[in-house]
Amino acid sequence: MNDYPRWKHALVLLVTLLGLLYALPTLYPKQPAVQVLSNKSSIVVDEALKEKALQALQTRKIEFESVEVKDQRLLALFPNTDTQLAAASALREDLGDGYTTALNLASTVPAWLRAIGANSMPLGLDLQGGVQFLMQVDQKSVVDMQEQRYVDDIRGLMRERGVRNASVNRTPQGIVVQTKGTEDRDALAAAINRDLATELLVTDGTVVGDQATLNVSVRPERLRQIADSTIKQNVGTLRNRINALGVAEPVIQQQGSSRIVVELPGLQDTAEAKRLLGAQATLEYRAVDEGANAIEAERTGVVPPDSRLYHWKDGRPAVLKKKVIVTGNELVDAMSQAAPEDGSPAVSVTLNEAGARKMLDFTTQNVGKGMAVVFVERTPEVKIVDGKEVRSAKITEEVINLATIRGVFSKKFQTTGLESMQAASDLALLLRAGAFAAPVDIVEERVIGSSLGADNIRKGVMAVIVGLLLVITFVAIYYKLFGLIADLALMMNLVLLVAILSIFQATLTLPGIAGIVLTLGMAIDANVLICERIREELRNGSTPFASIRAGYEKAWATILDANVTHLIAAVALMAFGSGPIKGFAITLTIGILTSMFTSVTGTHSLVTLIFGRSTKLKALPV
Amino acid sequence: MELFNPNSNIDFMRWRKVSLVVSCILMLAAAAIIFGRGLNYGLDFTGGTLVEVTYERGVDVGEVRSALASGGFDNAVVQTYGGTNDFAIRIANEEHGVATPAPAEASVPAASAGEEGSQAADRVAKRVVAALQAQRPDAKATRSSFVGPQIGEELRSDGLIAVIFVIAGISIYLWIRFEWRFAVSAVASEIHDTLLTVAAFALTGREFDLPALAAVLSVVGYSINDKIVVFDRVREIFRSSRKGEPSEILNRSINSTMSRTIMTGVTTALAVGTLYFLGGPALENFGLIMLIGIFIGILSSIFFANPVLLLLGVSKQDLMPVTKDDPELARRP
Repeated sequence: MNDYPRWKHALVLLVTLLGLLYALPTLYPKQPAVQVLSNKSSIVVDEALKEKALQALQTRKIEFESVEVKDQRLLALFPNTDTQLAAASALREDLGDGYTTALNLASTVPAWLRAIGANSMPLGLDLQGGVQFLMQVDQKSVVDMQEQRYVDDIRGLMRERGVRNASVNRTPQGIVVQTKGTEDRDALAAAINRDLATELLVTDGTVVGDQATLNVSVRPERLRQIADSTIKQNVGTLRNRINALGVAEPVIQQQGSSRIVVELPGLQDTAEAKRLLGAQATLEYRAVDEGANAIEAERTGVVPPDSRLYHWKDGRPAVLKKKVIVTGNELVDAMSQAAPEDGSPAVSVTLNEAGARKMLDFTTQNVGKGMAVVFVERTPEVKIVDGKEVRSAKITEEVINLATIRGVFSKKFQTTGLESMQAASDLALLLRAGAFAAPVDIVEERVIGSSLGADNIRKGVMAVIVGLLLVITFVAIYYKLFGLIADLALMMNLVLLVAILSIFQATLTLPGIAGIVLTLGMAIDANVLICERIREELRNGSTPFASIRAGYEKAWATILDANVTHLIAAVALMAFGSGPIKGFAITLTIGILTSMFTSVTGTHSLVTLIFGRSTKLKALPV
Repeated sequence: MELFNPNSNIDFMRWRKVSLVVSCILMLAAAAIIFGRGLNYGLDFTGGTLVEVTYERGVDVGEVRSALASGGFDNAVVQTYGGTNDFAIRIANEEHGVATPAPAEASVPAASAGEEGSQAADRVAKRVVAALQAQRPDAKATRSSFVGPQIGEELRSDGLIAVIFVIAGISIYLWIRFEWRFAVSAVASEIHDTLLTVAAFALTGREFDLPALAAVLSVVGYSINDKIVVFDRVREIFRSSRKGEPSEILNRSINSTMSRTIMTGVTTALAVGTLYFLGGPALENFGLIMLIGIFIGILSSIFFANPVLLLLGVSKQDLMPVTKDDPELARRP
């Protein structure tokens, strides 16, 4: 018995302490809260706002625990969800338009625990209530749009090369070019290979009479790149819009190659969320009205008849011409990059043929003048007027860039003078968002009431506790002291499982709780195997010490085989399951791994500590 | 304390022919139930709209149905959660078109088609609540879900892939660690257990939802544990005993692991039983399937997996650790 290595004792002790520490935050319940943020940079969250909020709560006699202003955010804590909901609507009403009010669950974990990275597990929607959307991005329409762009490009090349009597068509098999004679075809193929080799694949087709065919297709890697950037850019756009909604801790995640999961905890009204998610964005390049003074125009409200007053996000005014130069539909790509000349942050923009022509016309006459980009977002709104649904749209326009035209350009140009690489990539993202927002379709939607969430969590915790108690009692009665040791290991397993889930900030869901309960039931299996082996060895006449050693040794192979196969099942669930199943599989997988440690190494340490010193051990309490 | 006499030596293998025949008949019957009668797939798999409502005061199911019928939902499925206050109402996807009057087109140029689909679904949930409230103002929605048709289809195929992957992965592992006969026997038992568990569940008429699928895969995980413990003992006894009839060795293995089989079965059943009784409607199915699965898994370890092993002709030679023939040693006198 004395040959049990010391470092294993130390490891068990260390893991136990760390487990307890990182599982501790789970004991601090989250508190219903309402947070208020300003939605314009000109409005600040300050003490005056706090006074206003306090007044709103007091006049309505809404019970609250605290109201505080910190980091440009007002946070009010409430004793329960009813007062929280009442307060949210009261604050929304009284504070007015300049603020976004959102429901939140505030962490009550003490600062010293948070300082070492110990936080409680985030709760899934089924445990706290909220709205979940699964959105499908229509990649095909984006690919279609890109293909159309290449058709335009090829037409441009034809003009450039003086290829006549040729046609370009999009077919289900790709782009088909027909020329008169193979000479033109070869010239065109060479031109495409020179300009667009990285994006297009060119193969010679059949020759019938004097009609020669050229098959052009978009390279698969380019298609993948388009699909990838489409979904990334949609996730980005959604994130921006949801931030405007003011939901605390929203989840916006890409799932697979074409889906996006959006989880909005605390929200109950899907209409508002859908309205924002369904917004359509576009872009407009407009000329700056050089004759007007923007600040003056803002002050007096007087604007030249062919111009209009626009604003930047931060409220700065700009006077722009009413006539649009190029719209987002004519933009085919926007990428952030370092400018080739001096390496400063820049965005390079590519227009299609139609856009290029308009841009050429405009820039030839306006070198040295200003050109602005306006981001337009159209949010559908449904109002009930006289019992009838009336649909309208709220249009928000925002200047996102203003630059001076340095020279004549058409198809490709770049915007420089941006503050940082971050600013460049933000601008490129906005340009792409406005140019080719893929249609997004909601394919799944779930709304979980907050009271149902609270109910679920109560039942789940109850099931864990009762299940644990039943197993513990049964094992203790059956295996006496060895049973108690196994019970300690089992509780340790629960602590470790919670600690690891907390460290990885895995979201706890109802199926996750089921996974925990199942782990508790099955983790004891290792101890059952060990105890049964020890009993067998004792029956065969071995000494207590020899029995313990043989018990652990012989049981190990079985435990390993059983756990590895179980792990295969859990990992398969993790790989193929989505959403709720994944939560279950993750807890199960971690539970299997922690149980191998606690029920074998953990109990072995304890057994050694308890029986290792006594020299005259006659019988074992197993 | 002991649940099972450690010195018992029940001759389980004597009944192997009977038990194998019974198992095969049960498997056929289970397959007939699953594929003939069909599973009552839940919203996760079928797609559609589900609205869960709660009434402050009790209400009759008939009353709920008539309220829905007057709101235009003639084919809505209404289920109660045991009491008279909580109901789940399901409306199939196809009905959206029928139940929803054509939306009044207004000033906005047509939004994308998808957006309209989801708005139609949203309106279904709202209209359900409105229809119920028209009759009883105390009706309130606690939860509503809309699942598009393509999601359900994907889930079903993903679920099937997961089951196949689990069975394949486990058999490869067993093939490497044990021998092909053990892998075949384990896979046959897994199919046996999955079929019987799902069929037993189908007979309850309950809805087969996502947690139910997770439970089926967990049953596979549990039952393989059970088989491995016995197989491990079989291998050990075969290797350590000089001679011995395979059937006798299988019997000894089953008997000596019986305490463990019962003990682990009981602890796991205690844990998942609390899920069934205390976990609420969302976890009830999970708990029930696990309970059924544990029972079937234990029985199949004894009456199916081992008889199959015997049938395949397991022998001592196949289980001896592979010893490398060393030509050096052979040459020595």
